[in-house]
Amino acid sequence: MTPPAVEARSLSRAFGARAALTDVTFSVARGEIFALLGPNGGGKTTLFRILATLLPPDAGSFSIDGLDPMVAGRPVRRRLGVVFQSASLDKKLTVGENLALQGDLYGLPSGTRAARIRELLEMFRLEDRASDLVETLSGGLARRVEIAKALLHAPPVLLLDEPSTGLDPGARRDLIDALASLARAGTAILLTTHLFEEAEAAHRIGLLDQGRLIALDTPGALKATLGGDVVTVEAKDDAGAPALAARIESRFGAEAGRITVVGPTVRVEREAAHTFVPRLVEAFPGAFKSVTLGAPSLEDVFIAKTGRRFREADAPDGGSHAE
Amino acid sequence: MAGATRNERHVSPPLALARREIVRFFRQKSRIVGAVAPPLVMWILVGSGFHGSFREDSFGYFFPGTVVLVVLFAAIFATISVIEDRREGFLQGVLVSPVAPASIALGKVLGGAVLGLMQGLPLLLLVPLTGLRVDAAGLLSAAALLALLAFALTSLGFAIAWSLESTQGFHAIMNLFLIPMWLLSGAFFPVDGAPSWLRAAMAVNPLTYGVAALRRALGGAAPAWMSPSLSWTVTAAFAALMFAAAVAVVARFPAGPAARLAAARPPEAR
Repeated sequence: MTPPAVEARSLSRAFGARAALTDVTFSVARGEIFALLGPNGGGKTTLFRILATLLPPDAGSFSIDGLDPMVAGRPVRRRLGVVFQSASLDKKLTVGENLALQGDLYGLPSGTRAARIRELLEMFRLEDRASDLVETLSGGLARRVEIAKALLHAPPVLLLDEPSTGLDPGARRDLIDALASLARAGTAILLTTHLFEEAEAAHRIGLLDQGRLIALDTPGALKATLGGDVVTVEAKDDAGAPALAARIESRFGAEAGRITVVGPTVRVEREAAHTFVPRLVEAFPGAFKSVTLGAPSLEDVFIAKTGRRFREADAPDGGSHAE
Repeated sequence: MAGATRNERHVSPPLALARREIVRFFRQKSRIVGAVAPPLVMWILVGSGFHGSFREDSFGYFFPGTVVLVVLFAAIFATISVIEDRREGFLQGVLVSPVAPASIALGKVLGGAVLGLMQGLPLLLLVPLTGLRVDAAGLLSAAALLALLAFALTSLGFAIAWSLESTQGFHAIMNLFLIPMWLLSGAFFPVDGAPSWLRAAMAVNPLTYGVAALRRALGGAAPAWMSPSLSWTVTAAFAALMFAAAVAVVARFPAGPAARLAAARPPEAR
């Protein structure tokens, strides 16, 4: 049996007294796109840096293609393609020179190197930019070069930290398509993101919050854990939401389904919500600013798991923001 | 196109990294001026100022030290770039590659040393203007010494710069440590005329031996107590030791200043 492309076992890492990552376990198969989704400060970058061999974990271990980086550091690095959130290109070198240098660092013979550079320039539609200095490229173009650079040595495992940073929606779409075709060719792809649409494109999602993996499944299965639909009721003011939730609870009881208060909104998860919404509105005329009904989104899954909205969870210190 | 044998060859990582240093240097014109002009201006000013108030000819006396200073400046500018490499993100890509710590250090040091030599060697053409008398063998020795010194000083600069977070920090160390090291190397005043405490400091300064050897190769006078073989041996040992230090810092602290700051500032909090 072949080992998974990436296997993380109980990874933990603290910075001083703050636990950035606690007991994270998951694996990524060949040909799979795995998204680590979470708010900023949730531990994504710490996990990324550990897997990229830049930061040792305090506890736990991981393997790449079954190889332990502590024992086989160089073979592990040869198997990894790493795309950082920030630029890693030399701005004073041309696109071609950057790629050639990358080939040399990974020990590609010069013939292979030239062929791979041509292949990747074509794949990322950069052929006519090969002799341009990187400092003259737009953000989106430079990003494409970053990804081409990481793929030059044809790594079986690709790690990307917030890969669509600085890309416009069109370029983001292109990136997702490119990743999908790499995955079809057998590359295991692990990316971190705080964008739901990017995570939707993954085969499986690990929800990372406050350093813990709080959910791990396919996007569909994650959304299916919520009871059918989500009704979001916006109260007239922030202070009104808890009172409103209490009133809905006492009026409808268990029939209302699962009720959560998030900021100025009350969220109700239940089956066949379309029959519930008219009764809800009639029961409390004029008490709401708005009522929306929708299929659960990944954000709803995050809220259901944490009781917080995603943006509220963005915290520089990753601290808790429970309401 | 290249033949089959050539296609199988690959450029070794240290050479690829060294070549990058040199390419970058020539794309930043201000660095060329910054490295060569100040020591030359200093040589002319100090040499002229001391002219006549010195036993031997002051232009001749200050010349070897000036060449060493050009190499020192070149080494400083070359290694300071490791701080920029880290800040601009280039280094993170190198650190996740399979390149060994020794190769990372060698790439930077080799690149810096070649740049130092490219700036120091042409100065030897000025020897006829200095009043020093030197033959071809002396010039060859001087070139070899410059190569050793360039390697040693670049390694030293690299070992310091690796763990620094800002170029400002490097300037402080330069003024506090590297420039005094040069001043106390016999480049600026002779060892033998100095007060005894200063003489002791100069005797333990490895650069003193390099400057003395260079002075001798260029036909000047070195302290009598220092044999030519002693000055060469110490200079070679200095180069070897500094390179070992450069390799050690990369192997020990791959993340550079981040390793030191990690406790205070987690990576996501930027």
